[in-house]
Amino acid sequence: MTPGPTPGPHAVTLPAQLPPPGLPGLDPGWSRLVEVPRPDRDGTSPAGPGAVDTWHLLDNAADVAGPVRGTLLCVHGNPTWSYLWRDLLRAGAAAGWRVVAVDQLGMGFSARTGRVHRLADRIADLGALTDTLGLTGAVVTVGHDWGGPVSLGWAVAHPELLAGVVLTNTAVYQPLDARTPAPLRLAMAPGVLGASTVTTPAFLETTLAIAHPPLARDVREAFRAPYRSAERRVAVGDFVADIPVDAAHPSRPALEDLAASVRRLRVPTLLLWGPRDPVFVERFLADLLDRLPHADVHRFEGAGHLLPEDADVASAVVAWLNDRLDERLDDRPAGPLDERPDDRSTGDPAGRAADGAAVGEPRDGTRDGTRDGDRDGHQAAPAYRPLWRVLEERAGDGGVALVEMAPAGRGPRSISWSLLARRVDELARGLHASGVRPGDRVSLLVPPGADLTATMYACLRLGAVVVVADAGLGLPGLSRAVRGARPDVVVGIPRALAAARALGWSSRRVLAGHLPPAARAALGVECDLVELAARGRAARATDPDPLPTPGPDDDAAILFTSGSTGPAKGVAYTHARMSAMARAVGAAYDLGPRSGLVAAFAPFALLGPAIGATCVSPDMDVTSPRTLTATALADAVAAIDAGVVFASPAALTSVVADAGSLDDTGRAALTGVRVFLSAGAPVPPELLEAAGRLMPNAEPHTPYGMTEVLPVTDISLAGIRAAGEGEGVCVGLPVAGARLAISALDDDGAATGPPAGTPGVTGEVLVSAPHVMERYDRLWLTHRAARRDAGWHRTGDVGHLDAEGRLWVEGRLAHVLTTPAGVLTPVGVERRVERLEGVGRAAAVGVGPRGVQQLVVVVETVPAARRPALADLELTERVRAAVDVPVAAVLVVDVLPTDVRHNSKVERTRLARWAERALTGGRIGRP
Amino acid sequence: MTSGSGRHVRAAPAGAAADAALEAATDVTAERVLVTGASGMLGRATAAAVAARGHGTRSFQRGPAGVPGVEDVRGSLTDAGAVERAVAGRTAVVHLAAKVGVTGPESEYRAVNVDGTRALLAAARAAGVRRFVMVSSPSVAHVGTSIVGDGAGPADPERARGPYARTKAAAELFALAEDSPEMRVLAVRPHLVWGPGDRQLVEGVLSRARRGRLPLLDGGAALVDSTYVDNAADAMVAALEAPPDAWGDAYVVTNGEPRPVRDLLAGMCRAAGVPVPTWSVPAAVARGAGGVIEALWAARPAWGEPPMTRFVAEQLSTAHWFDQRRTHEALRWTPAVTLDEGFARLAAHLRGPGAED
Repeated sequence: MTPGPTPGPHAVTLPAQLPPPGLPGLDPGWSRLVEVPRPDRDGTSPAGPGAVDTWHLLDNAADVAGPVRGTLLCVHGNPTWSYLWRDLLRAGAAAGWRVVAVDQLGMGFSARTGRVHRLADRIADLGALTDTLGLTGAVVTVGHDWGGPVSLGWAVAHPELLAGVVLTNTAVYQPLDARTPAPLRLAMAPGVLGASTVTTPAFLETTLAIAHPPLARDVREAFRAPYRSAERRVAVGDFVADIPVDAAHPSRPALEDLAASVRRLRVPTLLLWGPRDPVFVERFLADLLDRLPHADVHRFEGAGHLLPEDADVASAVVAWLNDRLDERLDDRPAGPLDERPDDRSTGDPAGRAADGAAVGEPRDGTRDGTRDGDRDGHQAAPAYRPLWRVLEERAGDGGVALVEMAPAGRGPRSISWSLLARRVDELARGLHASGVRPGDRVSLLVPPGADLTATMYACLRLGAVVVVADAGLGLPGLSRAVRGARPDVVVGIPRALAAARALGWSSRRVLAGHLPPAARAALGVECDLVELAARGRAARATDPDPLPTPGPDDDAAILFTSGSTGPAKGVAYTHARMSAMARAVGAAYDLGPRSGLVAAFAPFALLGPAIGATCVSPDMDVTSPRTLTATALADAVAAIDAGVVFASPAALTSVVADAGSLDDTGRAALTGVRVFLSAGAPVPPELLEAAGRLMPNAEPHTPYGMTEVLPVTDISLAGIRAAGEGEGVCVGLPVAGARLAISALDDDGAATGPPAGTPGVTGEVLVSAPHVMERYDRLWLTHRAARRDAGWHRTGDVGHLDAEGRLWVEGRLAHVLTTPAGVLTPVGVERRVERLEGVGRAAAVGVGPRGVQQLVVVVETVPAARRPALADLELTERVRAAVDVPVAAVLVVDVLPTDVRHNSKVERTRLARWAERALTGGRIGRP
Repeated sequence: MTSGSGRHVRAAPAGAAADAALEAATDVTAERVLVTGASGMLGRATAAAVAARGHGTRSFQRGPAGVPGVEDVRGSLTDAGAVERAVAGRTAVVHLAAKVGVTGPESEYRAVNVDGTRALLAAARAAGVRRFVMVSSPSVAHVGTSIVGDGAGPADPERARGPYARTKAAAELFALAEDSPEMRVLAVRPHLVWGPGDRQLVEGVLSRARRGRLPLLDGGAALVDSTYVDNAADAMVAALEAPPDAWGDAYVVTNGEPRPVRDLLAGMCRAAGVPVPTWSVPAAVARGAGGVIEALWAARPAWGEPPMTRFVAEQLSTAHWFDQRRTHEALRWTPAVTLDEGFARLAAHLRGPGAED
């Protein structure tokens, strides 16, 4: 490829000008033309001393009310202009930030200089401009697209001014070995470059066309405004040609320098990313994170390249400035390059109970699950115990650690503690020998069982971060989740690796299972688990010293929410927090080294080795909980004399339905169970009762929690009976170490109340516990919202505490109705309707605009309705009579839409949209 | 007394003192009220409710109204002299009289609804009327097919559907434009009023249901709000006595209980002991049929009101319900009679000595 732009119409010089009036969102008062002495970098400036370049820039200085807290220096990319930052100028002014958004020379409404501006020139040009402006004090650079490297170049050259860095969909390094993104490769092909960027506005049009959602016509016109003619677009082509894709490119040294210098930046950094970007794909985000590991990251799921158009970047930046910059501005050290941010998460990273938490702390301690009476739970929590400690302790123990009831069609297979410990050590060393390092991410797409357990503990031992995305997210959800987590390695069964290949994940691939060589080659398999273990044995032979261990605050795992209220969110646990989770589960159910448990519910099964309990996975399709039969459960119990059974409500339902097929042996085996629990979704007491009849000596329990913190509370069937009926579902008292508070709802259905423990007040459920996740992964804004009360995690569930300190869950915050009579939570209504004869499940949803929503009840009838319709008058009247608030309409469906993972969380948001359509007129479709 | 909101009406002082008291009062003292169009169900109920509040009440309509305690004046809105005589000596007007319907030449609607209202406003101003309640309809602001929790938008005489809605929209606009410190004007838009003695909705529904000729459109699922007549009359009184900040604006009035059309029709049928409709016709078919029938009837005006028009088909097959918060706040009024209580009262009326069966 020819380096650099071809000489062309570069002689074009045009003066800078002001944008035309009337561009949407642009205040004409912001526009300024600034004459800047031309920097003479190497004494070859053609015009010589005294020459000036005229810039157009947007400057909101006049709008900033009160003292100016600092300056945002915004640099657009190619082929946009400062218009891209209009919302930030407005939001910045309101928040006390001066915003200077430049049009780079040759771009936007700045002068067409007749010169080619390479990366180094652009950085020097920008420095000359800020010298002329006389910028002082805290400066935060903001860059998009190829404005990113220019802004970073300015940042490393001005350590005395630099206070922070914001980057959106950009890159600072173009690796020579990696593929140039296809759209760009096409644009740079000989003959295409000039045509696509200069002679025709194709490059501009393509950029504008990839906004999600599409840009409004007038906004599109505003972006086109400075690039109406070929001679105004010369720099657009130069900019593309200046991307140093090969080693000989004249801008390559400047980019290499910059990429190295960026590693020294220690100022607060924010990376905002739109994943639907065909050019700046996720690997560029990973590269930036590698260079700026302290950065806060937020990926806006669904947004793309033109991120400031696709997402509310302005609010995000202002929120981040408030959180990260304010306390630093007063006593900023002279050399920000040496400054190291001391914390990575918003609010209180340790989850310590802060001052504000005191109100949630009842004097009598009833809402405090810490059994030793310790008020602050976390600090005085039992000492950190690494997740692999039991494996080390029992390395010589021949007792059974794991049983798989049906590994690949064969009979039961038992794995001893000593074998598991050895396998974990070999795999950890094998991964290490293969170049996997602490902090690398390993996605495990392996069904629950011995392979998954061994690989997971190997990663934990090594310090690699396990990414656990389950098939329950559905393939699109799983793919989105894994892509977002960006694993370095995927360990998967053949089906999963085939998907990884088809979906274009760039990770290295390790096979769990067996495939013929040709198939392995086709899937890009590097090795399988057997080979990895052999590699580990070889490594141990040459270096028997144990591998270094990760620390308690290092990341251990990324799990995913079920996505029933939006795209699945990655949830990061550190070793300390995951260890605390194992401790909390062990304590809540009295599980320890002599316990045996049947795990038909994957998350808890993985904790078995950490707790020291023997785990058996029953013969079932784990991706479909409904495939668990009563006999399969009894066989699993019998295999290890299990005292504890974990099963999802769907699996338990299936077992109860299949009870008739049990023989005497099976029934006898089930009498040995002392505790069974069902979790993952609200569990109807009727189901616990029915399952209790199958396991007559067991105490039925159901924990309440979520991917972000599990368990939060626990309740037994006896506890449910004692609680009786109330508004919502009683989920019991907090488990040891966990505390609860409620943030009251206001009239708009928002949880704006401070954390409090007042009984009877409905609001968002807040949890504080040592086993709360560390943070949402690469979702800084989401994390910030969830942690806005110091020391508390906001769960997104709504409910209330009763006088005994028990929690009653009333639904999801996103599902709260705002009716003319006030806010209304769904679960209480649903429970009343579900008690009616001939009704299965029910969902209470709101139709109409917020504030005037009408309550609509959607029910599954028994027997099921043939198709969705208005309920008959008789049922409608019974529902109205059962519910103590006005019911506008009752609809019947054959089956309510639920989440894929648990098959039990009703998707009320989707149902509400359907109900509104159904009740607006026209034929009633399916929800 | 039908109003449940606990407002007080004081005895009217006399002479100049009365005028001063009127000026200063935030509470409303007794008015001398003219209610136009008191021959229909809502007009009669309104006249009765106004009189029951202690206001001196006169009604004005073409036929006899016969509301106890109300002075009956007969005449047409299109007769300027009759209008002037009716409004003479009045301090307040509730203007219900209108030509209602879905067919017929627009000029007939215009003569009554636009020109008649204009004449009444002029006469009222000349007579020194201080409060003028313009009774309008949600259809004046309704340009689409469905209403899902919307507030009262501005009247749109160009795009409103049908001659009635267009002429009422024009009338409401210039009535509100007449609002001034001397004569306060506001508009009330009751939606789908029904109750005992209703010769339009209730009687239409029942007579068709009795003959088994009442289909549900698309299963009758469309969510529709309606107004029990006593609530509507109550709202008129509240409007008449509205606080100063409420004037100059339009308010939709309903029961605030949207229900599927099927439930509404069923409530009426059950009150009358008539079988509840169960058969359904696709709304598109009904709208199409309505269009054909409309065209036929337009060519033969002598046939009277057609059985089904596109407009009616739409009303019975698409959602119509409203945001009532501003109405409740501004008029200090909330409906006192629930739908179910309304159905019970309708049943009692139909069973009673005056029942027409």
